[in-house]
Amino acid sequence: MHTAVEPITELKLAGITKRFPGILACNNIAMEIRRGEVLALVGENGAGKSTLMNILAGLYQPDAGTITVNGQPVRFHDPNDAYARGIGMVHQNFMLVPNMTVAENVALGLRKFHRFMNLDLDGARRLMIEVAARHELPVNPDAYVWQLSVGEQQRVELVKTLCFGAQLLILDEPTSALTPQETDDLIDRLKRMSAELAIIFISHKLNEVKSLSHRVAILRHGAVVFNGVTADHSSADLAALMTGREVVLPRNEGLDLGGAAILSARKLKVRGDRGHLALDGLELTLHAGEILGLAGVSGNGQRELAEALTGLRPVESGAVTFLDRDMTNRSPAAMIGAGLGYIPEDRHHEGIVPSFSVKENLVLKDFATRRFSAGCLLRLREIARNAARLKDQYDIRCSSTSAAGGSLSGGNIQKVILARELAREPKALVAVYPTRGVDMGAQEFIHSQLLARRRAGGGVLLISEELEEIMNLSDRIAVIYKGRILKVLPSLEATRERLGLLMAGVADE
Amino acid sequence: MSQGGMFYNILSLGVPFSVALLLASLGEMFNQRAGVFNLGCDGIMCMGAFLAFLPPYFLKAGALAAYGNVLGLAAAVAAGVLLGLLFALVTVTFRADQGIAGIGLQMLGWGLAGTLFRHYIGGVTGVPGMSAWAIPGLARIPFLGGVLFNHNLMVYFAFLMVPASWYLLFKTPWGLKVRAVGTAPRAADSMGINVNRVRYQALMLGGAMAGLGGAYLSLCQARMFADDLVAGRGFIAVALVYFGRWNPVGILGGALLFSFAQTLQLSIQVGGIKFPYEFAVMLPYVLVILVLSLARQARMRGPAQLGIPFNREMRY
Amino acid sequence: MNKFKLGYGAGVILLAILAAAGAGALVLTAVGASPIATYVTIFTGPLKDLFGVTEILVRAVPLILVALGIAISFRSGIINIGAEGQMLMGILAATAVALALPGLPHGLLLPLVLLAGALGGGLWAGIAGILRARLGVNEILSTVMLNYIAAQLYTFLLRGPMIDPGELETGSGTPQSMRLPHSAWLGRLVPGTRLHTGLLLALVLAVVVYFLLWRTTWGFRLRAAGAEAKAARYAGISVERSLVVAMVLSGAFAGLAGAVELTGVHHRAIENISSGYGFSGIVVALFGALHPAGIVPAAVFFGLLLVGADMTQRSAGVPANMILVLQGVIILVIVSAKMYLNNAYAQERVRRLLARLAPAKSQGGLS
Repeated sequence: MHTAVEPITELKLAGITKRFPGILACNNIAMEIRRGEVLALVGENGAGKSTLMNILAGLYQPDAGTITVNGQPVRFHDPNDAYARGIGMVHQNFMLVPNMTVAENVALGLRKFHRFMNLDLDGARRLMIEVAARHELPVNPDAYVWQLSVGEQQRVELVKTLCFGAQLLILDEPTSALTPQETDDLIDRLKRMSAELAIIFISHKLNEVKSLSHRVAILRHGAVVFNGVTADHSSADLAALMTGREVVLPRNEGLDLGGAAILSARKLKVRGDRGHLALDGLELTLHAGEILGLAGVSGNGQRELAEALTGLRPVESGAVTFLDRDMTNRSPAAMIGAGLGYIPEDRHHEGIVPSFSVKENLVLKDFATRRFSAGCLLRLREIARNAARLKDQYDIRCSSTSAAGGSLSGGNIQKVILARELAREPKALVAVYPTRGVDMGAQEFIHSQLLARRRAGGGVLLISEELEEIMNLSDRIAVIYKGRILKVLPSLEATRERLGLLMAGVADE
Repeated sequence: MSQGGMFYNILSLGVPFSVALLLASLGEMFNQRAGVFNLGCDGIMCMGAFLAFLPPYFLKAGALAAYGNVLGLAAAVAAGVLLGLLFALVTVTFRADQGIAGIGLQMLGWGLAGTLFRHYIGGVTGVPGMSAWAIPGLARIPFLGGVLFNHNLMVYFAFLMVPASWYLLFKTPWGLKVRAVGTAPRAADSMGINVNRVRYQALMLGGAMAGLGGAYLSLCQARMFADDLVAGRGFIAVALVYFGRWNPVGILGGALLFSFAQTLQLSIQVGGIKFPYEFAVMLPYVLVILVLSLARQARMRGPAQLGIPFNREMRY
Repeated sequence: MNKFKLGYGAGVILLAILAAAGAGALVLTAVGASPIATYVTIFTGPLKDLFGVTEILVRAVPLILVALGIAISFRSGIINIGAEGQMLMGILAATAVALALPGLPHGLLLPLVLLAGALGGGLWAGIAGILRARLGVNEILSTVMLNYIAAQLYTFLLRGPMIDPGELETGSGTPQSMRLPHSAWLGRLVPGTRLHTGLLLALVLAVVVYFLLWRTTWGFRLRAAGAEAKAARYAGISVERSLVVAMVLSGAFAGLAGAVELTGVHHRAIENISSGYGFSGIVVALFGALHPAGIVPAAVFFGLLLVGADMTQRSAGVPANMILVLQGVIILVIVSAKMYLNNAYAQERVRRLLARLAPAKSQGGLS
């Protein structure tokens, strides 16, 4: 990594095109940004924003198009080239080596600290402290990355990128893992920093776009559909431009269908992967005919709770009760047999077997039932018929049900999982981040399916990081913080501010 | 033979016995720290053993006889680097399954060494090998002198490689890159480090060290070459890396443990205790399985990306 | 399987053969043999007479059996390199049973002996399977270690407790067991040759394995666990159990291969009986794309190679270790190319390359 020589006054993209197998991620994109400006790059999930920025940061090569800096065309073969020109990126998944210190991470990327057979760690430390002070971003150079909180890690990423000499800062969904208060804090900082830098930030949260950016560019299906001054347009206008139509996501009707308790967790203690207590005495009850939303910053035990409830993670102490039977530490097969459905977080590797065909994936849980097998022989014809029916019913877009599950788009994979789970009419459904990375059309579909399950008398535990989704769909909202439920609110009483405080651990009253 | 005598024998024999394992294992440590495990280590050791044997054998009576050993070592290192390069091509550039590729490399090395040996030399012949070089002064220390300071140069070299490897891995920029690449290659990539290049370098270094380990076997330990000379030591070396928690000092401990177990069993045989020969030979392999079974916790502290190829274009 | 993928796959196998041939040619030149002459001998020598052809099939039988087992294990997500050792343990078990029950009639003894072989191999493999499932021990390392242990055990027993008493009295002390009773022999298929009914058994089992993996619920579980363990767990499949079952089945096939060699060819346990089939079987499995329909022809092809290599050893003095070199190269090439076979990006790039070449031709120079 070398520090840039010439400051960036203007950067232009022209005709940028990028293809992945089966997808045109970027379609002839043109864009520009000047020093002192904040440009928001907006679009639905899958619109091509991250891909475009990865090209700018030197991680991907465009198939066509040019990038010019201060009028000079440039080619970035790797992030080194981009940094040499002063372009640095803070990714959504932080690019830090967890078992090294902050200073070591910075030293890793700066060649001037690499003397032959000797690493100049002190030099890296000094540079960090200097840059951190200049931009008011306090960091501890000697802390190990894995010890830091998400917010602290993000600050390290910012300082690191600035140490590498970035004058154009690209931020990919910077607030996705922050509480509302941390988000406001970050936006203030960025406003201050934008005076001497150019900033591009990617977001799909329009309120942030309105508050921080000077200009906004909207991508849809890989193409730029709008490019203008933020102040001239309302959030509603921007939303309409993002989706191309008026999309009103379905809302919970609010009718009280609440029934008996079907799934509950009492004093649950569960250990996480690193041996710490991820759940520390958690209490939660899900009723029939309701959607219970679980809000919280990711990393507070959501994953461990979902796995404990579905039998995938051992429970150290406490009890899980399903339909009045004690199901603590029962196998996943037992939970599935009792009528529990599960939409997992990682759809690609946990929800489907990517190399299996769509029709095989649709019977992944039921292949051994009498319907799909005679003794131990599979009933291939029935499996195919089932797949054809579900494909129509759930509008799964695939070339045929024999196509490999992994070849479908994210939204369609989610539909396969949904189809499989809902077709079994589960009495309780645990859905973890069900619409993450899915386009709005599929989102609308998934939401209406969840509401339909509620109307049919099932209970849904909706774990999500999108506050809007939770507030729209839930009857009640629980906030999880450091492995415990801090509070459960009826959704009418839940406001963004109140939830934000709870998510940060501030218990009210 | 008194107890003290047997104990002395176990230690003084055990120290040189550990050299081949130690060298190969330290090399494998660099491979694994960078995120690649090379089961072909055994095959590289076979080739190293054969190529180290070749020059001294042919130059025995000639003018260059004195340089035989040095040329042999150089040839072994070169072979190790080349085979490491081949493995890197297959597993890093082509992103093949590392386990199966390793077995393929092992077959290649083992078969090639055997084929060439049978054609060019054949039969059972020996070489003078390297003689012991007692360190003046230190070698006269009672007990410890014989155990530690009365061996040939390769032994001293191998033991010096322990602190040298430690320094290389933990105190130099290259070592930092290796560790980053094995744990968080995406992060390293985003900081401008060429992940694949670092892995190539680690594999070449690992191959060179495995080659040296094999060379030690033919030049110093057995002073001959045969098809079954290496006898699976390369696999034991790979297992030792887990056992030693990817750390040079732990690996040294493991290598010594294994060789002491072997020399113990030898002493018992000589001491007249009836122990079937084949069971004695089995011992190291059983020990490996035991060690792997007990090292469960260790696996979680290994390089996070061990065995996973790096692909920048994979969408995440 | 669309046509592009099939063509792509065939192209990959072809590439593997060419690369192996090239590497082999290099080694042959290094040992002073003419590559062309050697290859001609290898590929045409065995086909010159009936005996040669039957010899090819004799070699193919254990290869098919071992490869079927390997296919089961690889597809279930557990890599079994221990077929050599499992074969030996199977042979020991089979020999013990055959020699212990000489009075039983053929129809009872032979199946028992073969079953004993399968059990011996299965249990030996089961050790590695349980170590992997319960303790997370890398199965490649454990099966390789078990190979070495089995080899020592085999030698020990053949030199000691299981040695033919006749050898000790009158013979030269060759480590080998007593001859098996005739009631434990596999019948001859073609008189005057070594080809035995084990071939039929192998072919039948190939069909059985196909059914097992693709038509039964057990096979569904194994393949799911092997393809994506996380998703299989989430679907309620016990991945741990699948791994152990797959390993035991895999070992059973290897053990059976040993028992078949024992009862069909050698009729007594001798040294070097496994002749490296345990390793060649892995290569055959990979070559056959881990599918019974590919494994059978691949085994025959390899049988040809093995018989041919034997012939060149006798005629041109090319050492038998050559086969190991070829096998190693084939593994490296197949495993490198496999990644390209499964990689959508590479396929896409090849597709685009072909597309760019084709239109240029049809448009006659217009760019």
